[in-house]
Amino acid sequence: MNLEFMQGALPLYASALLLTLRISLLGIVLSLVLGLLCSLVLYQRERERSRALWGLGKLVCVYIEFSRNTPLLIQLFFLYYALPKLGLMLSNEECAVIGLTFLGGGYMAESFRSGLEGVSRVQFELGLSIGLKPLQLVRFVIFPQALALAVPALGANCIFLIKETSVVSIVALPDLMSVAKELIGMYYNTLEALFLLVLCYLLLLVPVSFLLTLLERKLRYAEFGI
Amino acid sequence: MPNSGFEVLLSVNNLRRLAVGLGGTLEIALISVAIGLALGIFYGLLLTSKNRLVYGLCRLYLEAFRIVPVLVWLFLFFFGSAIVLGVNVEGFFVSVAVFSLWGCAEMGDLVRGTVTAIPLHQWQSAEALGLDKWQVLRFVIIPQALRKITPPAVNLVTRMVKTTPLVVFVGVTEVLRVGKQIIEFNMMKNPLASFWIYGFIFMVYFLICWPVSRFSKKLEERWAF
Repeated sequence: MNLEFMQGALPLYASALLLTLRISLLGIVLSLVLGLLCSLVLYQRERERSRALWGLGKLVCVYIEFSRNTPLLIQLFFLYYALPKLGLMLSNEECAVIGLTFLGGGYMAESFRSGLEGVSRVQFELGLSIGLKPLQLVRFVIFPQALALAVPALGANCIFLIKETSVVSIVALPDLMSVAKELIGMYYNTLEALFLLVLCYLLLLVPVSFLLTLLERKLRYAEFGI
Repeated sequence: MPNSGFEVLLSVNNLRRLAVGLGGTLEIALISVAIGLALGIFYGLLLTSKNRLVYGLCRLYLEAFRIVPVLVWLFLFFFGSAIVLGVNVEGFFVSVAVFSLWGCAEMGDLVRGTVTAIPLHQWQSAEALGLDKWQVLRFVIIPQALRKITPPAVNLVTRMVKTTPLVVFVGVTEVLRVGKQIIEFNMMKNPLASFWIYGFIFMVYFLICWPVSRFSKKLEERWAF
């Protein structure tokens, strides 16, 4: 392996890693928000039979099915190449973040929903009977348990989303994949370029998966009383 | 609709070309599904091994494919094959190899989960009834395992179908590339072509994956214990 070459390539990889990190972070946070909102709509629809909520719930269901059943690559192509023709111009970084959020929102919604469903309905009645207001009930009883139940699935989604960012070079972002590809194309230092590529992804993903395992272990308390 | 651009889908034989492109991706997906799932069953049984070394090696393989993105594996095999084998392997074969290995890893983990989830007392009670080992497997264990594993395995198939568009990165001519060619050809007279073509591809993927994942969900509900 050519160490000198690798030293020269390091800054390129570092900035690409930062880009991947930034896009993943934004995408994860936004898809958590979107997923939570969607799951709350679906959850509320179960207990309150209003027409507006029913329509909104239907819309959420359609969105979830679309986001879960199409590849991110195709979503990005549509966002980046098709929407500008309709007059909606997005920068490439916006495209990547929106695409990731569109994809992640559906997955996060499902995870949140299964968490909420895991908290039994009796707890509602119990909470009300000891005099909690609905908001307090959600804040102190339902949500902590639902969140703890959902954490393993949410964590898996986070890893999944970080891995999915590997396709963003398709919207002309200089991410890790495109840096590696360029270096291979320009200098033929295939071995070094691939080595650094794998190293960067391991640096990114191993700590994240380790932290998520720790978090899961800390939140085991929710397994009581189901 | 005057010049909405929709005609681009119907004109000449564009639809057929897109279908051929899509067929290429699906071919890779289906071959890899067949190889991956078949190998995954054996690999999953290896994962339940009590031998430390066997388990360790199997675990390493699983984690490697879990942690590193599939696209990186495609790059590793595509560019790495030239170094290791000294020849350029075609994108098609690289894709089949990577997706099969990935599918095998994921399937193996499902099999491991299913096998370990069947409680020991099922074996013991079946033996107590006087069934021999083969009968226990045939009438007690395998039927339960099949029911448990079918919904997630079907889900894995949709995941593999959804991941195969990545082959565009290793130079396989597939639906996105064909779409791009059609759009570039129609650039001047039909500026909205890209909207229709990419919208069409998006919908096709949805229509392939959605029924399959619904089927998996239905099975899961019907076979819930």
